[in-house]
Amino acid sequence: MVNNPLTKNIDMTRPPMDIAAYEANDGYQSIKAIAKGLSSDDVLQQVKDSGLKGRGGAGFPTGLKWSFVPRGDDSPKQKYLVVNADEMEPGTFKDRLLMEGDPHLMIEGMIIAAYAIHASKAYIFLRGEYIVSQQVLTRAIAEAEERGYLGKNILNTGFDLDIVVHTSAGRYICGEETALLNALEGKRANPRAKPPFPQVSGLWGKPTIVNNVETICNLPGIITYGVDWYHGLTKGNDHGTKLFGVSGKVKTPGCWELPLGLPIRELLEDYAGGMQDGLELRAFLPGGGSTDFMLPQHLDVTLDYDEIAKVGSRLATGTMIVLDNKTCPVGMVGNLMRFFAHESCGFCTPCRDGLPWVDEIFNEFENGRGNEKDLQILHDHVTYLGPGRTFCALAPGATAPLGSGLKYFKEDFDRHIKEKCCPYKH
Amino acid sequence: MAKIVIDGVTYDVNPDNNLLQECLSQGLDLPYFCWHPCMGSVGACRQCAVKQYRDADDKEGMLVMACMTPASEGSIISIEDEQAKSLRASVIESLMISHPHDCPVCEEGGECHLQDMTLMSGHNYRRYDKKKVTHNNQYLGPFINHEMNRCITCYRCVRYYDDYAGGTDLSAQASHHHVYFGRHEEGVLESEFSGNLVEVCPTGVFTDKAFSEHYTRKWDLQTAPSICTGCSVGCNITPGERYGTLRRVVNRYNSEVNGYFLCDRGRFGFEYVNNTDRLRDAVKQGGGSSEKLSTEQVATVIDEFKSASTIGFGSPRASNESNFALRCLVGEENFYAGYSDSEHEATQLIVQLAKDKAFNSPSIREIEKADAILILGEDVTNVAPRIALALRQSVRNKARELASASRIPQWQDAAVRELAQHERSPLSILSTYVSRLDDVASDKVIDTLPNLASMAFALANAISDKSPNSTSPADEYKGVIAKIAEQLQKAKRPLIIAGSTSGNLDLIKAAANIARGLNQQRSEPIDLCLLVPEVNSIGMGLLVNADNSLQAGLARLDGGSATRAIVLENDLFRRAPKTVVDNALTKAEKVLVLDQFSTATSDKADYLFPATAFSEHEATYINYEGRAQLSFQVHQCATGAMPSWRWFGEATDIESLINRCTNEAQGFDKLARLLPDKGSFIAGMKIPRQSHRYSGRTAMRANLSVHEPKQPQDDESVMSFSMEGISSQKDASLMASAWAPRWNSNQSISKFQDEVNGELKQAHPGSLLIERDIETSSYFEPSSNAESSENGLHVSLAYQIFGSDELSARSSSIQQRMTDPYIGLSPDDAEAKGFKHGDSVSLGATDSTAIVCIRTSIKPGSVVIYCGNSEINAAELPSQIEISLNEQAEVLRGIKGLIVSDLLEEEY
Repeated sequence: MVNNPLTKNIDMTRPPMDIAAYEANDGYQSIKAIAKGLSSDDVLQQVKDSGLKGRGGAGFPTGLKWSFVPRGDDSPKQKYLVVNADEMEPGTFKDRLLMEGDPHLMIEGMIIAAYAIHASKAYIFLRGEYIVSQQVLTRAIAEAEERGYLGKNILNTGFDLDIVVHTSAGRYICGEETALLNALEGKRANPRAKPPFPQVSGLWGKPTIVNNVETICNLPGIITYGVDWYHGLTKGNDHGTKLFGVSGKVKTPGCWELPLGLPIRELLEDYAGGMQDGLELRAFLPGGGSTDFMLPQHLDVTLDYDEIAKVGSRLATGTMIVLDNKTCPVGMVGNLMRFFAHESCGFCTPCRDGLPWVDEIFNEFENGRGNEKDLQILHDHVTYLGPGRTFCALAPGATAPLGSGLKYFKEDFDRHIKEKCCPYKH
Repeated sequence: MAKIVIDGVTYDVNPDNNLLQECLSQGLDLPYFCWHPCMGSVGACRQCAVKQYRDADDKEGMLVMACMTPASEGSIISIEDEQAKSLRASVIESLMISHPHDCPVCEEGGECHLQDMTLMSGHNYRRYDKKKVTHNNQYLGPFINHEMNRCITCYRCVRYYDDYAGGTDLSAQASHHHVYFGRHEEGVLESEFSGNLVEVCPTGVFTDKAFSEHYTRKWDLQTAPSICTGCSVGCNITPGERYGTLRRVVNRYNSEVNGYFLCDRGRFGFEYVNNTDRLRDAVKQGGGSSEKLSTEQVATVIDEFKSASTIGFGSPRASNESNFALRCLVGEENFYAGYSDSEHEATQLIVQLAKDKAFNSPSIREIEKADAILILGEDVTNVAPRIALALRQSVRNKARELASASRIPQWQDAAVRELAQHERSPLSILSTYVSRLDDVASDKVIDTLPNLASMAFALANAISDKSPNSTSPADEYKGVIAKIAEQLQKAKRPLIIAGSTSGNLDLIKAAANIARGLNQQRSEPIDLCLLVPEVNSIGMGLLVNADNSLQAGLARLDGGSATRAIVLENDLFRRAPKTVVDNALTKAEKVLVLDQFSTATSDKADYLFPATAFSEHEATYINYEGRAQLSFQVHQCATGAMPSWRWFGEATDIESLINRCTNEAQGFDKLARLLPDKGSFIAGMKIPRQSHRYSGRTAMRANLSVHEPKQPQDDESVMSFSMEGISSQKDASLMASAWAPRWNSNQSISKFQDEVNGELKQAHPGSLLIERDIETSSYFEPSSNAESSENGLHVSLAYQIFGSDELSARSSSIQQRMTDPYIGLSPDDAEAKGFKHGDSVSLGATDSTAIVCIRTSIKPGSVVIYCGNSEINAAELPSQIEISLNEQAEVLRGIKGLIVSDLLEEEY
């Protein structure tokens, strides 16, 4: 049985499979199952049963999210599926692998999702810089249309679906699903208030599901091979496989599909090859730029949403950024703060005006002008920018590396102040 | 009603509102920025954080934004919670990071919501010691200053300008802490309601440019409750005076009329009061010289005019009192209308319809409730601008309906807009040229007035077959007629708008037929909004007999049955053909003119008496609804000008005159209700026009004399020219200026309201004067169409918010937005005649000229004429006209400033 459903077709040394090759390897079986009478309620139930959780970072159960979309005759006729392919989380490059490596997997997943929620139009909101993805997807969509998997009355099911690839003008905030919807409507990419959730009032005010690329790519396997098979993939509490990436000064940085539940140590040492020679592991962000630092003492924690939460961080995108002992942790956090400050949409006060202040302070530390007063202000901002205080999750995300950085690297902050310079540079 | 607990105290609140609004309604202080009482919540500023507890046992609680949290039954919140206070302090600290310390030179200082909220949130010391963000400012036209460095990014400006007022040329640009609110490039803000930015902005980013010219702090302004005289809506305003000059006008909340917003004509059109060419003394003139008259001489002159052969011409821009006093002086049968004959006929019809039980004359608040609207021939934006702003809210009723179906609270402003997108309640506009409301209209029909009238009658007939049909309209309109008829019939609250400014009586009759048809299908009266152009068109219309049209009066002078004429605050040359007025006034033995300025009419006067302007006297006016409102004197007039009624010697004080008018004039029996109840005041105490912080009283005339003169006394009014007296907080109907402890800005208004968006405490939103006592089921017949001549283009009139009103057109900032008269032509007609955009032309047999403006929406075969500030005499225009090139015509302003959406050559 297949144990790497996300990447089984991917070989980056060759172009992605065309539709014939994809079909030959169990591709589009799920659509044929639909054509044979699998109802949208069945699909929804299977996805619920699979236990699939959103792979964009928040880890919300996908089937549950779908079930909030109003069904029935009195619900709005038009519904939308939007694939969030605006992959901009620092350190994250998993969706790109899926789109460039196996576009048909995502298209098949989109058909399943759209079928389940009765959406006749789907958008791929694609990061503007992902030019290859755009080309690959566009070609694959044309192939799928030709085969009758897209368009009107797909395989005589009465179900219609069109897919539009929309390339983003490029803002990190577009990864926030409601800001993405605003951007897709041609408005400023500011997040929207929730409630109402997009499932009720989303794109153009209509019921909308926004799913991450990797979430979507999990769907063909679940429908084709079944829930039991899916449940058998994991080694931990959460179901399925997941793409894990490692970047930083490791021997072989990269991205791999692994079952959930592996110890972090295995990912870091067996797949990423361990630290480069002469370097030691200082800390790591387990799931991209907006997760809390973890330390070498946490290496035996397993790659599970709940297990990582227990030690105060988040699995999030599952793409790890590794900090070594010769890189300045203050500089690393400062670099992230610059990113988050720059990517704030400017809508709510704490994020818009708080993050740039944090950034300025890191700048001062970097240039030997750090002081105790500013250090206190950084601490204040960890609370001030925290969850519940801001309009969306961007600033709370930024406080994750900031707060844990202040906690774990206190000594480094103090040395910056005392030595009036960055000790890693001098 | 729901019960909620705030800091241990139980309150009864409306669960349909959010917590912030309910806290403010309860009189509690909770700081906020982005929320606005009539624009709802978006949750941007995070300033109104409170702690919410799940239940009585929850000791932890959770921070929530009060503006984004419903005030649902059983809510337990704390404003005083330390965590909430600390978050509010942090928010204000970061808002103030780049805010300049320029309060002493900032025009918002002293009435700045940001100042108030900064103090309220407890931020005094700036920890931020890094580089501030700075911005470039833009030129935004003659009305508004732009100082972006003061911006705290609350998004209120764009939410007001774009979302609420439908503007398209102000936007939020850039992101993170560089967000910039401005135009895509420097230039005049196009919205007719841009001035409200001054009041919507919580700090000094958008300030009043006209005010800057002679700036004074809010607390140093002498103010009083007043009524805007710019059009027939009668918005409530607070003018402010210092050192004898009127400095600015700001909005004065009236729950029924203008709410929180004014138009730019109303806000900036007051400057004429300060003009140096105001008439100063009563003079006798003739033979090119003028001689100042003494008080005794004036009395002799008035005595001379008290003879039976004197007739008086009233004025739609003068108060009820002055019109009534003139009528007393000359006698009712000798009191003639001061507007054109066609307007007289239309106004008489409008007054008649105002007595009809089948209709309701809707206030602005009621207009905003309409869910299907039909406009017949009126250019609402340029004739009664505030109503156009209200109509933009009416069309959102569809969004509100969708939101309640989806259980989205109405105050969730962004969510309601996202849900509804472009779905709007139907608004159909039948007009002769494209209007500024077309972007929210569901159907637009542009045609000549006779064709529109026949279409309107067909529409009435489609609603009720008892309503007579006219010559059947073109086939192309049959579909749209059926559609509009259905929309109106389906609506919960349909609204029909017509009026006297289209110049077509049939459109008013058709509007009445449509409304009557709808009324017969349901029990409630139908909203029939009939517009008139001037502040007191209705008031004068009620005082004048139906037979006493302007030209009837002029004919009496011409025929010699009257030998003397008194012209009240009016330039008759704007109202009747030049030769007719000329002949009449020349034949009259003596002519007395009272006005603020010299006009073509006053040039013909033997006696010319100066009249006070709106801010210099107490007066009542009647708006389009028939609502009488009282406007207080703000300041004294420094010259010899007096209220016109005082010159007539018919009364010694305003109150007795109002009482006399109430008793004697038919239809005015509720007028005296407007007068404040003096009995409710503590013995002898008055309401001060000056704030308790008014400064420099003893020094303000020191450059003239070091001896401080006695404060001027006001023996007639309940208000005094003083700082002393009863605080206006006791009675908001006499609110000189909105102020409350800790609330120095206009946001203090919530302290004067029963509840947020409610009535002012003890307020008097005005008296609806006209009794509806006529019950009839008869429909109007269409007038028999006048024979149309073979040649010439069908004429209709166009209006401009800046220029069509006589007095505001004398204000310098308004003048910067005015254009020359123009004729709007279709591209086809322009080409056929060989006219280019911008050419000067002569109009038919008149000696008037205008500039050609080629507008793509205009129906071929018709011409739309904008008369400017009466450079063209509308009374002289025939219904069809020939137009010819005139290369000698003088071009003063050109038409570059014209803001219309259908210019053929945008680059002119």
